Amino acid sequence: MAATGEPILEVRDLVKHFPLNQGIIMRKQIGAIKAVDGVSFDLRRGETLGIVGESGCGKSTLAKLLMALERPTSGSVKINGREIAQARGGELKRVRRNIQMVMQDPYTSLNPRMTVGDIIGEPYEIHQEVAPKGDRRRKVQELLEVVGLNPDHINRYPHQFSGGQRQRIGIARGLALQPEIIVCDEPVSALDVSIQAQVINLLERLQNEFDLAYIFIAHDLSVVRHISDRVGVMYLGKMVELGKDTEIYDRPAHPYTQALLSAVPVPDPDGRERRERIILQGDPPSPANPPSGCRFRTRCWKAQEICAEQEPLLQIRPGTAHASACHFAETHDVVHV
Amino acid sequence: MKKTSTSVLPAGGALGDEPLLAVDDLHVEFVTRQGVVKAVNGVSYSLNPGETLAVLGESGSGKSVTAQAIMGILDMPPARIPRGEVRFRGTDLLRLPEDARSQVRGQRVAMIFQDALSALNPVFTVGSQIGEMFRVHRGASRRDAEKKAVELMDRVRIPGARQRVHDYPHQFSGGMRQRIMIAMSIALDPEVLIADEPTTALDVTVQAQIMELLAELQRESNMGLILITHDLGVVADVADKIAVMYGGRIVENALVHDIYRAPAHPYTKGLLDSIPRVDQKGQELYAIKGMPPNLLAMPSGCAFHPRCPYRQDNCVTEAPPLYEIGPTRSSACHYWREVLDGSHG
Amino acid sequence: MSDTLAPAARRARHGKPARPPKPPRAASLWSDAWHDLRRRPLFISSAVLIGIFLIMSVFPWLFTSVDPFDAASCQLADARKGMSGAHWFGTDNLGCDVYARTIYGARNSIVVGVTTTVVTALVGGLLGLVAGFKGGAVDTLFSRVTEIFFAIPSILGALLILAVFRTGNVWTVMLALAVLTWPMTFRIMRAAVITAKSQDYVVAARALGASAPRLMFRHILPNAIAPVIVVATINLGGFIAAEAGLSFLGVGLRSPDISWGLMISDARERFLEAPGPLLFPALFLSLTVLAFIMLGDAVRDALDPKLR
Repeated sequence: MAATGEPILEVRDLVKHFPLNQGIIMRKQIGAIKAVDGVSFDLRRGETLGIVGESGCGKSTLAKLLMALERPTSGSVKINGREIAQARGGELKRVRRNIQMVMQDPYTSLNPRMTVGDIIGEPYEIHQEVAPKGDRRRKVQELLEVVGLNPDHINRYPHQFSGGQRQRIGIARGLALQPEIIVCDEPVSALDVSIQAQVINLLERLQNEFDLAYIFIAHDLSVVRHISDRVGVMYLGKMVELGKDTEIYDRPAHPYTQALLSAVPVPDPDGRERRERIILQGDPPSPANPPSGCRFRTRCWKAQEICAEQEPLLQIRPGTAHASACHFAETHDVVHV
Repeated sequence: MKKTSTSVLPAGGALGDEPLLAVDDLHVEFVTRQGVVKAVNGVSYSLNPGETLAVLGESGSGKSVTAQAIMGILDMPPARIPRGEVRFRGTDLLRLPEDARSQVRGQRVAMIFQDALSALNPVFTVGSQIGEMFRVHRGASRRDAEKKAVELMDRVRIPGARQRVHDYPHQFSGGMRQRIMIAMSIALDPEVLIADEPTTALDVTVQAQIMELLAELQRESNMGLILITHDLGVVADVADKIAVMYGGRIVENALVHDIYRAPAHPYTKGLLDSIPRVDQKGQELYAIKGMPPNLLAMPSGCAFHPRCPYRQDNCVTEAPPLYEIGPTRSSACHYWREVLDGSHG
Repeated sequence: MSDTLAPAARRARHGKPARPPKPPRAASLWSDAWHDLRRRPLFISSAVLIGIFLIMSVFPWLFTSVDPFDAASCQLADARKGMSGAHWFGTDNLGCDVYARTIYGARNSIVVGVTTTVVTALVGGLLGLVAGFKGGAVDTLFSRVTEIFFAIPSILGALLILAVFRTGNVWTVMLALAVLTWPMTFRIMRAAVITAKSQDYVVAARALGASAPRLMFRHILPNAIAPVIVVATINLGGFIAAEAGLSFLGVGLRSPDISWGLMISDARERFLEAPGPLLFPALFLSLTVLAFIMLGDAVRDALDPKLR
């Protein structure tokens, strides 16, 4: 996982607001769900950036924006210097070859009425220039072999495979166009525990083999730690902390990151009575009406007046080596995930 | 709260040698068009007051079916129970007539589910759904039932219970809905609470809240808790003892500290080894090979043998019994000694 | 199948295989479905039945030497006779041979049933596919239009349409039936498309850059067509019966045209004395409808890989 210097994905001030409308004939916008609200980061070749956060933090919307499945309200997403956020038609299609995705649920992400050969071969039919027609079937079989499936099963249908095998099919489809970036949106959370490690290993092997860069979105913090070079923590549409994996896990500076890490159950019962736990009160506020200033202040034990008045920016703060968005950032080793 | 049950069941109190709840050699089958699916194959476990038993397994291991059999909420047919006992305070629930059984269900043995949204009725207020427990089982008036509902919502720490008692399920967040489910399940002070993946659908910070709440309620009332889960982290956090299920059987029974220190079954060992550890960064994770068994075509002998690194010839032909390997431990592996030694090393 | 990685996979490089595998026959949903259909007894028996009825409607003289359009073939003296060697199905009120009329009636009935079914399925299905897929203004427009059609009582609507044309023949009857029933197919298709559209595999195809026609015809249509097939085959019998109803009201086909519907409505008054002239065309009608319903079931199952 040698990440070389040049960024291949640059995200700047990315914003996605979903309008809330009222009325049928006279449609009037009465507000907006601020799903992603000013997110910036870089991704370098061969690198894995983990994105963690709880439901409603905007990580899935972020994935859709990166894949150009949703158009951002503002901000930019550049792949190899080419803007994808505003691209259309043939330009968009060309950029897409460089960024592909692996979805969460292997049971719904494969068309039940297409053979595995057609599913993995579809990228070649859409992007005809990538592989000549006569070559496609052979390429599909190679891909099956690359992800550890039997190439002779090319004519089978998805329901004839187990969950783990289906996820391998989804990964093969994502690899077909030889992208440089793969967005993995919770790629193992729908799989049985005993299968998850197999798929994680496969993703890591493919990364080494093809020099892929991953955006790895997951809620399982130990899996994210294992696979990521850097980790971003999201809360209510904002990136609240971003740093190397060791920085985030061993020296978290943002109170939310600390609470999140301390809430993860540790698979070791020894000393469980003495373990420090920060249990947050209540639920995250609605992204339609986020708190002023710092969005985490309503659940934060450090909150002061300034937190309501001034929004903390994601920047490197005194005493820490990585960026965090808290006026009172202070590193604190909570727990080893 | 006073118990008004006049059932054939012994009332609460001292138990003697008999555990609070004991599942004994339970078998559950489903008759399907493709054949008979043996979902549970001779499962035994027991639970004492104040104890937390974690039942660990992946999808299809039979962990939820066992719980449904205890509750008596299996659809029969297609399900049938050819053999086995579920003893609650010494009385076999499976042999009870339905009216006696329904006195146990929900009142003395209660259950909460993974998906709280679909378990709550969307057209009634949460207050009336919690209060209904008192109206049906205790003959409480509408006013009293609502008062009880508010008390319970306070007890499960739903903020502003008095105002929110008239709200509908969709107006609550996922974590709050699970609290409402818990409020309903503890309404009648059950002695056993079965929680089937209670936090799987929730975020980690909310999961921590719910697990803390369950532990507190358990301390207050000394109820026995059966926690069904696939999450090794949650188990390590709260369980006293563990039953690991695979392919409809219990493959390992142990106290929580023993099993994490040194598993005695290759499947348990594989699961623990495949958890990513900090010092394994950049290395390949240990992965159990192959995939979970198909219940319609179970492997011969030991169901785990196609995936097992300890396999010998007799594993293919001979199903291992649950060997007693200590006063509180058992393992369904012919080579449990080797597994244990390997775990230490 | 082994879930572990083959050593060859480790050697394989993108685009440059260590060992090129031999590609087997390419399977697709439609070729697999056809392959599967040819083995289904349900499909074979329904196809044979439909084949016989189609031959009957195109070449009726292969089945009978009597020409029912020839006035001389009917002898009033023979009216309402039972089954005999000369008249297999007996004779009707006017002494005409019921067997020959049933054979010759197949053409109009089957043409009305099949054509109307195909037209409504195509028009309603296609519009439903577009409306469900595009959503927004297109969907609103189409949906409002269908609601207007739903508001018209169907008998009244058919009477009106046929009154405008003044002539009741096969074409006007089909037009009236199709105009009044396509909204139902539209509704069913639209609902199925909206369900299919939000599935993850459609999102995955969009992420690959798939065009709208590819999304519609390759991903959504095969997953949304089953309910339309079922309703279409059930409707087919309804159309044949509706043609009879319109004929009975005097706005559909008229004598000397022959159709099963006409025969049934003509024979109703004397049914208790002479059941044959009603029962035999009704039997043929039921067999036709049954054959098409069986065909629809077989096709629907064949298009679902899980049921193969």
